[in-house]
Amino acid sequence: MPPATPSGIEVPLIATGDMAPEAGPGLPGAYPFTRGIFADGYRGRPWTIRQYSGFGSAEESNQRYRFLLEQGQTGLSVALDLPTQCGYDPDDAMARPEIGKVGVSLFSLSEMETLFKGIDLAAISTSFTINGTAAIIYAMYLAAADKQGVAREKLTGTIQNDILKEYVARGTWIFPVRPSLRLITDSVLYSNEVTPRFNAISIAGAHVRDAGCTAVEEMAYTLANGLAYVEELIRRGGDVAKFARRLSFFFYVHMDLFEEACKFRAGRRLWAKLLRERYGVSDEKALHFRFGVVCGGSSLVAAQPYNNIVRVAIENMAAVLGGAQSIFTCAYDEAFQIPTEFSAEIALRTQQIVQHESGIAATVDPLGGSYYVEWLTDRMESGMLEVMGEIDAYGGVVKAIEEGWLQRRIAVRAKQRKDATDRGERVVVGQNRFRREAQADSYGEVFRLDPQIAARVLAKHAEVKRSRDASRAARSLDALEAAAGSETENLMPLLVECCHAYATVGEMVDRLKRCWGEFQEPVRL
Amino acid sequence: MSAVAAGPAVGPLAGKRILIAKPGLDGHDAGAKVIALALRDAGAEVIYTGLRKSPGFIVRVALDEDVAAVGLSILSGSHLELAHEVLEGLRASGAGAIPVFIGGTIPPQDHAVLFEAGVKGVYTNDMPLARMIEDLARVLA
Repeated sequence: MPPATPSGIEVPLIATGDMAPEAGPGLPGAYPFTRGIFADGYRGRPWTIRQYSGFGSAEESNQRYRFLLEQGQTGLSVALDLPTQCGYDPDDAMARPEIGKVGVSLFSLSEMETLFKGIDLAAISTSFTINGTAAIIYAMYLAAADKQGVAREKLTGTIQNDILKEYVARGTWIFPVRPSLRLITDSVLYSNEVTPRFNAISIAGAHVRDAGCTAVEEMAYTLANGLAYVEELIRRGGDVAKFARRLSFFFYVHMDLFEEACKFRAGRRLWAKLLRERYGVSDEKALHFRFGVVCGGSSLVAAQPYNNIVRVAIENMAAVLGGAQSIFTCAYDEAFQIPTEFSAEIALRTQQIVQHESGIAATVDPLGGSYYVEWLTDRMESGMLEVMGEIDAYGGVVKAIEEGWLQRRIAVRAKQRKDATDRGERVVVGQNRFRREAQADSYGEVFRLDPQIAARVLAKHAEVKRSRDASRAARSLDALEAAAGSETENLMPLLVECCHAYATVGEMVDRLKRCWGEFQEPVRL
Repeated sequence: MSAVAAGPAVGPLAGKRILIAKPGLDGHDAGAKVIALALRDAGAEVIYTGLRKSPGFIVRVALDEDVAAVGLSILSGSHLELAHEVLEGLRASGAGAIPVFIGGTIPPQDHAVLFEAGVKGVYTNDMPLARMIEDLARVLA
């Protein structure tokens, strides 16, 4: 069988001029942006080095952020613990084992204030990987800015706020699909007015990719979700030429260098075409496909884990060749633990080496015009359209998610990927090829979470509830619940007031659950 | 809502009913589903719980469905606490003999801790499925 990319595209032995598109890829900064959204590429603005971190309580994470900023990191990316992501207060029975584990606990404004103590919110850009409770965390960030005396319009950053893919892969859903979409449109429309430099949504393919689907499917599912949000925002009265300027995207980069780079070239072009052709968008900035990436994830393995440093460096280069706006490189030990400070620093240095030593970013889109790259970009774009067509044929993404159809497709793909790995068709060096059976792996430093964290978070939670103005908190929650029952009122101002009143994430979510109920997962095998 | 999938009548796990569960708040379910599909292909009748189940719920399903084994999938770092709660729950219900297996992101140094606590197998994603099934069949024989 001739070799194929991981998406199943047969790779030619030699690419020739007659395979590449006749018109050529055009110029960077010009529609349809195959070669990038900026004419001056990374010379005008280097990509943001944005390492995902956060653990324990707000105090610990605050210290880690200050360290990362001192080390030359250029943006913050906040990891939140699962109780905060799923809308439980730390004292809920479901929350207790998970407090502060995969991220920081932000149960109320008190914690957001502590998290950014000594960090000027006007001077940094902050990204929150938050979805089910995104509107609440965004409201909390606004309240923290108010407390710091920073004008809201100065805030820059991103909330992921992409619930559709949570139902498919990442699993931090709370409410049914339709009220969740309402929360998203509320926050995007509000953000356009109040924080015009803030990305109120980052439509993410990363998680479905890491769960098992191919690069072509990753982009196709993401663009399909993107269009679903566009439709919903238009239905709620949004102006596509305006809100499209603040839509951003997020992906995984795995190991096939050219397929990954071409995935971004194809996706960037396809998004611009879809917006222009379907919605008549002509504003250049609104057509810009801006995206962040994460390098590593399930492409990293526990066997001989130091090899992961090399994998991440290759993926980092693929992201740069694809024109990413911000990059997060995983630490080599993430295949088996939460990274240590030591492994996290190597991941940061990897990006700095690529950015400052490799010369890769000196010219814009250095791959542009390569017969193979332009051919592969075309092939991936048509593959994406094909997958999007299958979703349309099923009845659209919302239906596909509510009925579990998309979830099942991902599970089947994950099984295929695992089978291909077990059979050795998908080579993983050190694991299924060139494995040294007798070797005891060296795993390096062990991450240890302070076992007292949960107790400290619980104590603070109790203290905040005791010391706040109870009647203001109750009033704000009542107002939220009343507004949630109406179809049209934008909930953002009410959530900001709840945050100012030190209402907790769990309290806000409980009030919304009363109105909307909870998502019933369609479990299918 | 749980999903039940029955496998072929032959295979190393034919006739075995196995519960695959996602305890806690972790939302990564690709691994759990891959395992469920692999067990089904090996002949088992698989019950998959779906996301975000409490240890108490998992114990109850294990008893109600009279399963031969329980597989827990945990990638959030909470495997020690959650495994302990499920094991304790089974013991307290007089079902301590039901073997419990764990998969997910489990740091190497925790494997021994889990075995010590009573877990019968730790399957991380680098283990070939065939080997996992072989191991399970041996324990369940």
